[in-house]
Amino acid sequence: MNAPLHLWLIPLLPFAGFLLNGILGGRLPRPLVTAIGLLAPLGAFAVALNPARSLVGLGSGLPPLPYAETLPHPWISAGSLHVDFSIVLDQLSLVMLLVVTGVGFLIHLYSAGYMHGDAGYARYFSYLNLFLFFMTTLVLAGNILLMFVGWEGVGLASYLLIGFWYQKTSAADAGKKAFIVNRIGDFGFLIGIFLLLGNFGTLTFSEIAGKLAAQPAWTGGILTAICLCLLVGATGKSAQLPLYVWLPDAMEGPTPVSALIHAATMVTAGVYMIARLHFLFDRSPYALSIVAIVGAATAFFAATMGLMQNDIKRVLAYSTISQLGYMFLACGVAAYSAAIFHLMTHAFFKALLFLAAGSVIHAMGGEQDMRKMGGLRTKLPVTFWTMTAAVFAIGGFFPFAGFFSKDAILYAAFLQGANGKILWFVGLVTALITAIYMFRLWYMTFFGEMRSHDAHPHESPASMLIPLVILGALSVCGGWIGIERIGDYLAPATGALREQPAGSHLELWLSILAVLIAAEGWLIADKYYRRKPQRPAQLAASVPGLYNLIANKYYVDEIYSALFVRPLLAFSKYVLGWIVDIGILGGAAWLLGGTATFAGAILQRWQSGNLRSYAAWLALGAAAVLIFALILAGHAPGHAALLFTHFDGARN
Amino acid sequence: MHLILFLIFAAICLAGAINLLVQTHPINSALSLIVVMISLAVLYLMLGAEFLAAAQIIVYSGAVMVLFVFVVMLLNAGREERTLGSKAARRVGLPAVVAVMAVLATLILRAQGLGATTLDPELIPTAELSRVLFHELLLPFEVTSVLLLIAILGAVALARVEGSSVDDAERTAK
Amino acid sequence: MYAQNVPLSWYLLLSAALFCLGIVGFLIKRNLITVFMSIELMLNAVNLSFVAFAHQWHMVKGQIFVFFVMMVAAAEAAVGLAIIIAVFRARSTLAVDRIDLMKL
Repeated sequence: MNAPLHLWLIPLLPFAGFLLNGILGGRLPRPLVTAIGLLAPLGAFAVALNPARSLVGLGSGLPPLPYAETLPHPWISAGSLHVDFSIVLDQLSLVMLLVVTGVGFLIHLYSAGYMHGDAGYARYFSYLNLFLFFMTTLVLAGNILLMFVGWEGVGLASYLLIGFWYQKTSAADAGKKAFIVNRIGDFGFLIGIFLLLGNFGTLTFSEIAGKLAAQPAWTGGILTAICLCLLVGATGKSAQLPLYVWLPDAMEGPTPVSALIHAATMVTAGVYMIARLHFLFDRSPYALSIVAIVGAATAFFAATMGLMQNDIKRVLAYSTISQLGYMFLACGVAAYSAAIFHLMTHAFFKALLFLAAGSVIHAMGGEQDMRKMGGLRTKLPVTFWTMTAAVFAIGGFFPFAGFFSKDAILYAAFLQGANGKILWFVGLVTALITAIYMFRLWYMTFFGEMRSHDAHPHESPASMLIPLVILGALSVCGGWIGIERIGDYLAPATGALREQPAGSHLELWLSILAVLIAAEGWLIADKYYRRKPQRPAQLAASVPGLYNLIANKYYVDEIYSALFVRPLLAFSKYVLGWIVDIGILGGAAWLLGGTATFAGAILQRWQSGNLRSYAAWLALGAAAVLIFALILAGHAPGHAALLFTHFDGARN
Repeated sequence: MHLILFLIFAAICLAGAINLLVQTHPINSALSLIVVMISLAVLYLMLGAEFLAAAQIIVYSGAVMVLFVFVVMLLNAGREERTLGSKAARRVGLPAVVAVMAVLATLILRAQGLGATTLDPELIPTAELSRVLFHELLLPFEVTSVLLLIAILGAVALARVEGSSVDDAERTAK
Repeated sequence: MYAQNVPLSWYLLLSAALFCLGIVGFLIKRNLITVFMSIELMLNAVNLSFVAFAHQWHMVKGQIFVFFVMMVAAAEAAVGLAIIIAVFRARSTLAVDRIDLMKL
């Protein structure tokens, strides 16, 4: 007998947490707020664990996947458009859910320690739960409209959390930037939804897949357009070129927020969406190649920018953008399960990196500039060892998690053909740069002499360390499940991975090459940042133009500001503000009022109180009536007869 | 005969009316109005309304106009001054009056079946008039008398001086 | 030429002329009492027209109407003159243009 899975609890528990902490949180004691805030993701994780029993062979009594629950009352039923509140659990969403709620719970736990003294504690947890509500809605959605609700909602939660310390202007500005850039992407997403509706008549994933399966020859054309529009949305949400500019600024938010939203979960929504709609993207090789190119280019450029940053969180932000580029690359070569695998391992080690960075920042009393750090290895041992695990994982060293997932992506890219080999090469170079900047971060933070004289670093409390340890363990062994098993498991949901040529050791050689490249990166970082720390400055001085270009992030923010932001602001202020608002609208209102006043001033003189003028107007009125009666008598004698009754010789 | 009488007394009417407009002192205007009323009484007589002719002289010129003259005397109304005046009265009113006159004249001259009046020996006798008045229209007659009573009361109340010497005399007597 | 009978229309024309002269008087006279007298002139003109029609159509009711008009005009004259006296006492002037409080 198949027991119901109660999937509705997964979004609902966080939503309840949001409401409780949001409305009552200010009046509840801190421990209660924490309990409410932590129970939500824990409960959602527990509900998600139930169907996950099948992963470890305990899946008796579970309904088969894909499993859908729909609310009986329809959401939209207008003409031919019919949309329901339906949530669907399949292999893809189950994996995503476990990542989101599991890592989410660990980060919630960490936040309890990190945000301990903050005045907006309850508000923080309510926002976090709100985010989790929308994210789970996005993951579980059975149709693209409900997914869009979650999509927008996580953008909102991101805005609220980035600008959490809203008294800081930079934080408020960063929140606005994130939301606005997301909105630009969402515009593309919306166009994609409209095109989907127009061409398929339905927004439910299973129905769209069914319609596509019924027409195997339908490729390219409008499907490419739809995919590109959806890709625009994905680039906005997942911070790819050209809409990545919000993610580095989003580091203004609290570090756990950066870990949760801007590393592990929200930014991966774009990848998830593409994997979810793989049946659509598979029909458009052109769109897929665009996805791959965008991913590879973003990975490379972000990695170069991460190399020159001095703020520890900014390095990690560019690293996130770069790793997301890898995931897009994987989707672009139709290796969707590889992308999801990398999403999962990336969630582990990137969250760990951020949380550990938060621990470092906490220890340094709020200092984020790596140039002022150093030698923290001995003072923060737990932080050091867990972060080391994460650094090795992101570098792609065997046997850490990142090795398996990144390797799968590069291998799938290599198999793609001539273009694929170019993409593979770009990915390889990016891996080199990734290793360099991650080890640079590692060395600058933990090795050498402490370069700041006011810091008194101390290890973080247990509530912050426990998630670090758990994530560290996952970063080590998270990839051991292997791409084959992940690929087979996800195949019903995301399509099968390309089969490798039988009996070939290509994959083995490629992975050895990748590890060697990563080790080379380590050595470079070791040379420049540990043994000869003065060399980087000399190198930068020798190529000042290139150095300035990359250090200033290719001036992309400035270009956007000049091309889009300032003209838009000027247009708003001068055209819309002065001409339309003050001139047209204000003028119209002034005109109405002015007309009334003017007419009143004229008519007022009529009431002079002068008896004779009143009499004159009376006489005029009487004359008018008489003339009217005369005309009436001329043209309509019958009516006139009413006025002039004619008694003919009637004797009284 | 009829015609000549009509012409004479119509001329007197019009002359009196115009004189009313032309004179500046109100007493002269009042006297012109009396002339108009008396000539109208003659016209009534020619139209066979003997009672009305008598009533016109007794009531109108004998009572109402005397009232006017008394008020002119009481208020010591003098010649009219040149006041600022009303431009509207000239510009709007006079053309309106001309229009009214034109319309009325057109209507009267165009009307058919009016016929001619006759100097009938058969006047409407007063007995006929009073019979209708006291039989069919008794209620309006009585109401009119009440109206006159109210008018008297109203006139007395309006024209009374507050704190007149009569009240003072009564108070000092007590 | 020496028609013995006066056409009814002449009486009516005379009545109309007196009426219009009354209106003119109302418009151009500046003394309040004289304005009132013009009103009386208008009433008399109307009376003439009633009597003329009563004669033509042999209707007694026309003459009775004139009777009532006379009564009401008398009452109105009494009250109106009393009002004029009250106004004179309040404003110390009989000039029509100075009595202009009937406005907003």
